[in-house]
Amino acid sequence: MNEDSKKRLGTNYQWIGKSTPRYDGMDKVTGRARYGDDMVLPNMLHAKILRSPHAHAKILKIDTSKAMALKGVKAVVTGADIPDHPPAKPPYPPIVVDYHDISRNVLAKEKVLYHGHAVAAVAATSEAIAKEALKLIEVDYDVLKPVLDPIEAAQPDAPLLHDDQFTYIGGEEVSKKPSNLFRSVVKEKGDLEKGFAEADVILEREFSSQPVHQGYIEPQATIVMANEDDGVEMWTTTQGHFVIRNYCAKLLNMDISKIKVTASEIGGGFGGKNNVYGEPVAIRLSQMTGRPVRITLTRKELFLGTGPTVGSRSRVKIGAKKDGTITAAEGEIWYQAGAFKGSPVGRALNTFFSPYNIEHVKTVAHDVCVNRPKVAAYRAPGAPMACFAAEGVINDLAKELGMDPIDLRLKNAAPEGYETVAGPKHGPNGLIEVLEQVKNSDHYKSKLKENQGRGFALGYWLHGGGLSSVAAHLLADGTVSVATGNPDIGGSRSSMRVMAAEELGIDVEQIIPSVGDTATLGYSHLTAGSRTTFATGWAVVNAVREIIEKMRGLAAKIWEIDVDDVTWEAGHAVATKSGKVERLSIKQLAAKAMPMVGPIAGHSEINAGGAGPAFCAELVDVEVDPETGFTSPKRFTVALDAGRAISPDYVEGQMQGGAVQGIGWALNEEYFYDDEAKLQNPSFLDYRMPVASDVPMIDTIIVEVPNPNHPYGVRGVGEPPLVPAPAAVANAVENAIGLSMSDLPLSPPKILKAIEATK
Amino acid sequence: MTNLRYECPESVDAAVSLLSAEGATAKVFAGGTDLLVQMKDDLIEPTLLIDLKKIAETRTVSFESDHVRVGAAVTGAELGENEKLKAMWPGVVEAAQLIGSDQIQGRATMGGNLCNASPAADTVPALIAANAKAVIAGPKGTRDVPVGDIPTAPGQTSLGEGEFVTAIILPNPPARSNDAYLRFIPRTEMDIAVVGAGVALTLNDDGTCADARLALGAVAPTAGLVEAATDILKGKKLEDAVLDALAKAAQDACSPIDDKRGTVEFRIKVAGVLARRAATIAWQRAEKQ
Amino acid sequence: MARHHITATINGDETEFSCHTHQTLLDVLRTELNLTGTKNGCDTGDCGACTVIVNGCAVNACLVLGAELEGATVETIEGMSDGKKLHPLQQKFLDHAALQCGVCTPGFLNMAKALLEKNPDPTETEVRYGLAGNLCRCTGYDKIVRAVLDAAKEMRANGS
Repeated sequence: MNEDSKKRLGTNYQWIGKSTPRYDGMDKVTGRARYGDDMVLPNMLHAKILRSPHAHAKILKIDTSKAMALKGVKAVVTGADIPDHPPAKPPYPPIVVDYHDISRNVLAKEKVLYHGHAVAAVAATSEAIAKEALKLIEVDYDVLKPVLDPIEAAQPDAPLLHDDQFTYIGGEEVSKKPSNLFRSVVKEKGDLEKGFAEADVILEREFSSQPVHQGYIEPQATIVMANEDDGVEMWTTTQGHFVIRNYCAKLLNMDISKIKVTASEIGGGFGGKNNVYGEPVAIRLSQMTGRPVRITLTRKELFLGTGPTVGSRSRVKIGAKKDGTITAAEGEIWYQAGAFKGSPVGRALNTFFSPYNIEHVKTVAHDVCVNRPKVAAYRAPGAPMACFAAEGVINDLAKELGMDPIDLRLKNAAPEGYETVAGPKHGPNGLIEVLEQVKNSDHYKSKLKENQGRGFALGYWLHGGGLSSVAAHLLADGTVSVATGNPDIGGSRSSMRVMAAEELGIDVEQIIPSVGDTATLGYSHLTAGSRTTFATGWAVVNAVREIIEKMRGLAAKIWEIDVDDVTWEAGHAVATKSGKVERLSIKQLAAKAMPMVGPIAGHSEINAGGAGPAFCAELVDVEVDPETGFTSPKRFTVALDAGRAISPDYVEGQMQGGAVQGIGWALNEEYFYDDEAKLQNPSFLDYRMPVASDVPMIDTIIVEVPNPNHPYGVRGVGEPPLVPAPAAVANAVENAIGLSMSDLPLSPPKILKAIEATK
Repeated sequence: MTNLRYECPESVDAAVSLLSAEGATAKVFAGGTDLLVQMKDDLIEPTLLIDLKKIAETRTVSFESDHVRVGAAVTGAELGENEKLKAMWPGVVEAAQLIGSDQIQGRATMGGNLCNASPAADTVPALIAANAKAVIAGPKGTRDVPVGDIPTAPGQTSLGEGEFVTAIILPNPPARSNDAYLRFIPRTEMDIAVVGAGVALTLNDDGTCADARLALGAVAPTAGLVEAATDILKGKKLEDAVLDALAKAAQDACSPIDDKRGTVEFRIKVAGVLARRAATIAWQRAEKQ
Repeated sequence: MARHHITATINGDETEFSCHTHQTLLDVLRTELNLTGTKNGCDTGDCGACTVIVNGCAVNACLVLGAELEGATVETIEGMSDGKKLHPLQQKFLDHAALQCGVCTPGFLNMAKALLEKNPDPTETEVRYGLAGNLCRCTGYDKIVRAVLDAAKEMRANGS
């Protein structure tokens, strides 16, 4: 961890806030760790998916007979083999999960809705044969006109994706005809007109951003093994095996008890592995053939067929007094959901202006279907785009008023208890602290060189809590096993160890963490939403406390005293008996447990609430070559309120990873389509994520304002670092060239064009 | 795919025989960094792969009395370690070393880069500027052609049936000569050139330019010499007005397309910028000698 | 159906395998030899997750044919540590928290090893450019670069 973290964090703890061993570290640096595609089963078949060459078309006919006849092919499936489900009915929850849509996304039924939409799948004795078989599947399409832009798609005369989808505003159906616009949501507080009337200065700007892919390095991989009762075991790379089990069961009309899912090690997710893609297909193929079936997606398929985050078009209007007090703020954003409804519109409303103490606010978000892959979550879904727009205008305001951009934020910082326009009230948080840390940083004080610009942005994210189940056991040798239901993407097993060890007062190496499968543990929600250290960690603490209670009871029994007279200190049961202080270590108690009372265990099933808000401030310096538009980030500082950094090395890592994803989002990542909405760059060659030489060191400042709702004060850290990053980088580019840049990504041709236009 | 065959001949003649016998569905390769990607994407479906790496003359660099013969299958990494070649033709070597990552450099070759015939190939503008020739072996014997004559259109070459490139010939540069290659990419690495510019020039004793060649890549269906550049630089000193004229000539020579890597206007503008910058670097290198 | 019978030295062991022409070294390692430490991130040479060292040179295994490997020497992640003793790079990656999901790690370790063998005292910039062929989406590269520089320092001190 960096020197700053070393100095300030973990001062009151034995393990929390320190550098502790990474539990799965050895397996990962030696290549031993088994990820999704590393698993093999005997008699395994290989499956491949046929994808639509058209962005929008009716499927007239699919003839799979020639494929079935190819030697080595054991089964072929199409949309007809995935059960249909009636469309979800209103009222629609904030996040719509519609099995009618999921069924069609897994394998198309009446129509293909994006270039790359899965149409059929083959299971064969080798991958090469499966690939050959795909070429033999004949599909007749009636090609239709596609639409990609969300505002265009929302118009009444746009090509229509679903003839059974109507428009809802505030929960009411308002459309006479079917529409690509599924939903508009509005949240307001105060009186916007009044707020703008009070303003001395009103600024407004429009923005756009493109869909960007999560870019996890490991493609989705699944093996399914069906038994004679059509029950299945699945080994898959996922952010939530319980959630995947539920999806598959519901989708395929199976009892969840018939599906057992083991989460493999996972090579990144960022929200992109919260959904099913190949799993239901593999289940069907395995059930049909009676053999294990593996589906591993290729990188090309990831771009063609898995969800990026939404692209956006937005408009933000802000009014303020001359002294910088913001009197009114209005934000409207159009999200493109891809082929099926379900953009994170609620999160847009929740994110726009939430760091600021504004009385009059109106936020509107629209969820529109377009002929692109169905979107998936990507690290603070719905937030970076709204933040990009809002922070863009707030930075404009600072310039307009001649105010320091951080001072402007400090002046308008929402206090604890502020009720955001979307409803949630800010719990205790480190908003002021992160702003001040950046303001006082060496980075902020340093001078810029020629052609360089500095950008600043402030981001907000409200974390998830939710369901987690944990089972912990005291082993006979005094170690404690802790099983959670959360796939470990970035070191969560290690953080669970730290919290358990801290609670027990024993060495962190005496905790044995694991991720249990769906048959062995109670339900756990996804490793997502920055919820794992918070919610699952909380459940770990509860489970371990139960073990402590039982060990106190055992000690009381051994000493023949009242359990209330026994305390737990630093890994020992302690009591005073006959004037003498007695101590029994966890090792000693563990040895006595079996003969005396039997196995000692603790468990906890929680629905964690109160995750609280997190604020993240980012400062970026970039250098722009004015003759080519080439942009190079030179310095980057991230300040984040982590509540309590359980493993600061890894909190820093989350901050750095989010920052670099933001650099990619702001500068070079985008999908290119031709006139027929066919994807032109489904590879890492032309989907340009940052490489090591593109970015500088990322300086991190961890602020700790403990979250009162967690036993150790934890606040999630996974998502906030991405939220303000595109905005900060864009602001830096603007300041480097002295021009407004409103359309991400700010690729060199765009920047050069803007510079040339001023000549 | 399962019927695909692989041969590894040990002589040029053996390779020519295999290539002639199989016909158009045979592919020679060395590094395979373009070939394998195209095969995996089903863009090509060869029946026979002919590995050149056991043919000694494609794998060696030899310094002859008036030229350097660079085997077509010498890797970028190997070129980068050849100090003598780097000193003689730094622009050619830096172009070859810009192809992909270090891992790609461990495999990629100038022969492959040339014969893959991408308009954006990095080595080609540098080789054209250097007045390099390609040595072609085939059923009718050996012939040399200017490197710029090999690519005829994106993905197409002028090679006949049974022919392949065995070596690149670089002339020994006259005294006070040097070269440079620059490309524009949106990241710092790992991108295909959006514009490539290679300049090779020779200076007179009085510091004026004796001769110069500018070639551009990625701004037309094939890389090519900017004919006007030679006269613009000849007899002149390295001055703004000269460089302005050079930049304009570069821009006028472009006929680029809009694609996922750049727009027409961007490519035209940047071609001028890179021509100016590459010429300046080559000039400064030549002056130092 | 063209199959090749190849004998190569993999991580110091003489290893025989059989493969079709179209099978890459990556396919051979993962499918024929069950050496799954080398990962498939893209299969097109753009991500470096499959970086291995062939005849002393770091390459993408996805762009090398199994058929080419007769008599070749291949080093994969499985051979990086010396029995139970981790290579300094492996240890430094752990010490510096230079991995989160870990899937890119084997490729980075091999590339860094090759890099330091050629250039034992690289600058930060040289490390960044040397590793430009390895994509990481989790870490933002900061801790990876620090780990490699620190390993280089230790390796120079130990004369390795």
